[in-house]
Amino acid sequence: MAPLLEVSDLRTHFTSFGGSRVVKAVDGVSFALNEGETLGLIGESGCGKTTTCLSIVGLLPPAARIASGRIVFAGEDLTRKTQRQMRRVRGRSIAMILQDPMASLNPLFSIYTQVGEPAYYHRNIRGRSLRQRVQDLLRSVRIPSPAMRMRDYPHQMSGGMRQRIVGAIALAGGPRLIIADEPTTNLDVTIQAQYLDLLKDLQHDTGVAIIFVTHNLGIVARMCDRMAVMYAGKIVEQASVQELFDAPKHPYTKALLGSLPKLGSKEPLYAIPGQPPNLARLPTGCAFHPRCADAMPLCAEHEPQDAQFGPGWTARCWRATQLVKEAYDRASA
Amino acid sequence: MTEPVLEVHGLRKYFPVSTGSLLHRKVAWVRAVEAVDFAIQPGETLGLIGESGCGKTTTAKLILLQEKPTAGAIVFDGEDVLSLNGQDLMRYRRSVQVVFQDPYSSLSPRMRVGNIIAEPLEIHTKLSRAERQERVAEVLELVGLQPDVAKLFPHEFSGGQRQRIAIARALVTDTRLIVLDEAVSALDVSIRAQIMSQLEHLQATLGVSYLFIGHDLATVAHISHRIAVMYLGQLVEIAESSELCTHPLHPYTQALLAAALPSHPNDKRGRLTLSGEVPSALAPPSGCRFHTRCPRAMPRCAEEVPVISEVASAHDVACHLY
Repeated sequence: MAPLLEVSDLRTHFTSFGGSRVVKAVDGVSFALNEGETLGLIGESGCGKTTTCLSIVGLLPPAARIASGRIVFAGEDLTRKTQRQMRRVRGRSIAMILQDPMASLNPLFSIYTQVGEPAYYHRNIRGRSLRQRVQDLLRSVRIPSPAMRMRDYPHQMSGGMRQRIVGAIALAGGPRLIIADEPTTNLDVTIQAQYLDLLKDLQHDTGVAIIFVTHNLGIVARMCDRMAVMYAGKIVEQASVQELFDAPKHPYTKALLGSLPKLGSKEPLYAIPGQPPNLARLPTGCAFHPRCADAMPLCAEHEPQDAQFGPGWTARCWRATQLVKEAYDRASA
Repeated sequence: MTEPVLEVHGLRKYFPVSTGSLLHRKVAWVRAVEAVDFAIQPGETLGLIGESGCGKTTTAKLILLQEKPTAGAIVFDGEDVLSLNGQDLMRYRRSVQVVFQDPYSSLSPRMRVGNIIAEPLEIHTKLSRAERQERVAEVLELVGLQPDVAKLFPHEFSGGQRQRIAIARALVTDTRLIVLDEAVSALDVSIRAQIMSQLEHLQATLGVSYLFIGHDLATVAHISHRIAVMYLGQLVEIAESSELCTHPLHPYTQALLAAALPSHPNDKRGRLTLSGEVPSALAPPSGCRFHTRCPRAMPRCAEEVPVISEVASAHDVACHLY
């Protein structure tokens, strides 16, 4: 079966000063997502994870453009679509949940208008059945007394409720893919846990695929099937969550896992030295080599390619490449 | 037992709510902090954890004397801070410093890093210009920065480096206690680990105490020796960090632990049994403030306020179950 979403060799570049300076925010990203699957896209700020998502939904800022690559969603290449055509995709088959629920809700419209909008435009639901649909959606995100609350405005809701309203809007068009960009960063821990449980239940009921964009490995461990680790515009490692947490291959993935505090353990954290690179002035070779504990002279000279560790498990690292090669030599000898 | 650096007894802070009209009649009180007691030992990190609106930042402000407590006492080195004035008060302010969450708004963009760090010295000491510069270079090195960055402006630094500058500023007067109000929450994972290791290292070399305020249990538990859990202005549980994580007694602490994100996909926690949201501090529930959300609430909980008491060794809980 063909995957629901297949991104291949996506490159999104920002140009400034009339094209004299190019920042490669996304530089050759490839991944695939099946129906009903959850992918965690993880990385630190400025690694290109949000730009990747904005490229998928066609909401890039004016300075950015997709330089090359394909984004195939349900058999259609989204990079070839016009903005007009993309409007029929966004909200209908791909929905987005953003970080700040206050900024993504319009304070001047009632909850009913905002939750009903995608159903009105994309599913042609009108009148009483639209009201019914909005109530069902609000009930599914566990808003108490939905018939009354749908007449309220965003300011009358708490932060957790607003975020659930945004979830209801995302579901209103009946999407096959939801992109959630740091959806729980502003929520309290118990509210965050409630929200994540809710998303899991909704996914179970509707079979929607979810891309979680986050810097929080805990969310990935709790929610995702597969994960892709981004660093400086590239996916440096991707595999199933289980594989990556058990035996990470890329030094950056290892370091990220090592810097995660574990409950009830006082083991010293691994602090990655230095800081994420400036995308406008990337180091030569592997972009991670100045901070890498296992760097070799080769790493500073040449850029590594993806080394394959198993079906759907790749790591972009010279050490990993060596490991694979040795294993191959041993097998063939 | 050694004398604690700081003790707070029965600390309360009520904020008035007035009508918006001309008369500003006070109509209600927000009970932001209600009878909080704790002590911080020298060289110790006390974690203070709770959800937004639980009063943890107000507690910090009270300790920093940014707000005047409605009732209660803050005891530093055996003296009640609230009755201090003049030189003694300056000595307290010099010994207790703060690092805020957002390193972008807590450093003046118009001042050079060296001047930012030297400002407390200008206020609190009679050091000469050269001596101040020397001291600035010393603390910059302590927090892992090059001494020559003193000439630069804050915008030339990343978030993690700025947080180091804020820590350097907090350390420059011979500080005994630093209040870290969500000091690592805004940082990236790898940078957060750097800053936390740096804080632990500083504590080991200088013997400074921390009040570490946070909302992420794993982070707070990692750095703290003891943890105090707050809910709606009250302290519900206080215990040693590992004890609290392995044997949480208060149902709210148990819920926080269940809500904490796993560090491995196999690390399955029980599903969260907590429903609803934190009630308003304007009209807190009667009796135990947690009883409206508590999965183990009894009729008694709605009527009687539980008193915090020691139920296991060095493990205090405010709950009728024990």
